[in-house]
Amino acid sequence: MIEVQQLTKRYGEKTAVDRLDFVVRPGTVTGFLGPNGAGKSTTMRMIVGLDAPTSGSVKVNGKRYAQHSAPLQEIGALLEARSIHPGRSAFDHLMVQAHTHGIPRRRVEEVIELTGLQAVARKRAGAFSLGMGQRLGIAAALLGDPATVMLDEPVNGLDPDGVLWIRNLLTGLAEEGRTVFVSSHLMSEMALVADHLIIVGRGRLLADTTVRELVRMHGGDAVTVASDQPARLREILSGPGVEISGEVGSEHLHVTGLSARAIGLKAAEHGIALFELSSRTVSLEQAFMELTHDAVEYHGAGTVDTSGRAA
Amino acid sequence: MTTMTETHSATPAPPPAAAQRSGPRYKVTGLRVLRSEWSKLWTLRSTWITLGLGLVFLIAFGVIAAWQYESGGGPDGSGPNGDLSNGTALSLSLFGISLAQMAFGVLGVLVTAGEYSTGMIRSTLAAVPRRLPVLWSKSAVFGLVAFALGAIGAFIAFPIANELVSGTAAELSLSDSGVVRGLLGAGLYLGLIAVIGTALGALFRSVAGGIAVLVGTLMLVPGLTSLLPNSWQDDVSKYLPSNAGESMYSLTHDAASLSPTAGLLVLLGWTALALAGAAYRLVRKDA
Repeated sequence: MIEVQQLTKRYGEKTAVDRLDFVVRPGTVTGFLGPNGAGKSTTMRMIVGLDAPTSGSVKVNGKRYAQHSAPLQEIGALLEARSIHPGRSAFDHLMVQAHTHGIPRRRVEEVIELTGLQAVARKRAGAFSLGMGQRLGIAAALLGDPATVMLDEPVNGLDPDGVLWIRNLLTGLAEEGRTVFVSSHLMSEMALVADHLIIVGRGRLLADTTVRELVRMHGGDAVTVASDQPARLREILSGPGVEISGEVGSEHLHVTGLSARAIGLKAAEHGIALFELSSRTVSLEQAFMELTHDAVEYHGAGTVDTSGRAA
Repeated sequence: MTTMTETHSATPAPPPAAAQRSGPRYKVTGLRVLRSEWSKLWTLRSTWITLGLGLVFLIAFGVIAAWQYESGGGPDGSGPNGDLSNGTALSLSLFGISLAQMAFGVLGVLVTAGEYSTGMIRSTLAAVPRRLPVLWSKSAVFGLVAFALGAIGAFIAFPIANELVSGTAAELSLSDSGVVRGLLGAGLYLGLIAVIGTALGALFRSVAGGIAVLVGTLMLVPGLTSLLPNSWQDDVSKYLPSNAGESMYSLTHDAASLSPTAGLLVLLGWTALALAGAAYRLVRKDA
């Protein structure tokens, strides 16, 4: 359980995180989404006490992170930037952290096995590929058998096998009753694992919702229909909760609020011939883009945002 | 884990909440943080290399200095070894201390600043979010290791150097007054320099910055005091870390130097100051 209240972080002029409020609950995977530079990593660093909030508060399982007597058992975190000394072996890296909590060597071996690092555990971490480095970071996050697991962009640099492995790991952890909080800037990735979504842009909360709700909010499922009597069809279909749009002189209408099946039945009832009847599902990607459009820091086209700061 | 689940199933179905998971309870303690820092130190190759170099500098240069003294740099010699001409077996055997202090001090900087440059500090502070125990443990572990190695090096270098200069004016015996104190003082000096290095690394969070300040303080600042008015020079320079330290391990003391005890106290003061700065920055600034 992570409770964030009016959380704010300013770096001089720049507000990286702006009055964020949200709660991450146990038993589900919560996705933390936002474009690059939206303040996701900063928020996660504040959750584990690496950065101090300018104002507001964040609690992990009811207390500030630093007040716990066994922090690694409360929350295991994989942060975006590498947090490993390249000169130490994977085993030693995990063991030195285990020592601080009195975690036995057995548990270190367990997480090495769980993350598939057995073959390289005695090698220097500096020689690891990006994917192996991520696995080592995840092994460290799981070390304390934490009630909450927080991963910042865990699929970065992983091959398809690794991505699948992470997905299964995340859903498995949530099924065990843990709180799972995962950030990503890719909606497509989140849609596959997350039940709940917290979406941020420019440090502000844009949406605290579920995957289904997000789709519904953004027009849900629309139906495109074409006939030779669009004006008459419009009359027949109109009703409460139904929205119809279409260009003058075009045979096509776009209908939301009615299923393709209902439209077809109504048209048949009134003897109107349909040339086309297709439902279109709003992609999550599209919903996400619409939601964050104004909040994207670095647009690809033309203008250069001089106020931008490297994430 | 299996047995835990079984004991649970005897009771009414447990709620799915994570809070009900039954596993061992871990806890962060001061001793465990010390244990962690101890194994952090020894699991890096750079530790072995740098400590080995420090020890070699200390012993080898002591022996070389004694050999030079014996072969013509002594009181009768008018050669280029004038530096050594007033030497005793103690001062000759500790000739390498100025290089050994660089090795130990630099490793001290690496112990803390190295964590910032690699990102390891994030793992460290996630495990010990109260932060200060990390600084105390690093300083204690590395300070004690440097003290032990420094003292060992000094006690190895002295008998060899003494044997080389036997029969000359420089010869001493371990039982002569001040010799054992000087050799232990050398170890203590190296241990405190190691702690100062550790503190500087945590204060500057940069390997280059920490080393620059360390080298500047120990090697450049003493020379710069010659720019001060003559009447001030002695008053100021004897309180500098390097000179206060020197009075801990030198046999003779004059008006321009502190007594061994005063030297130790002054160096302890410098160490405390560096640690206080490091602690302040560690607690106050985002990692």
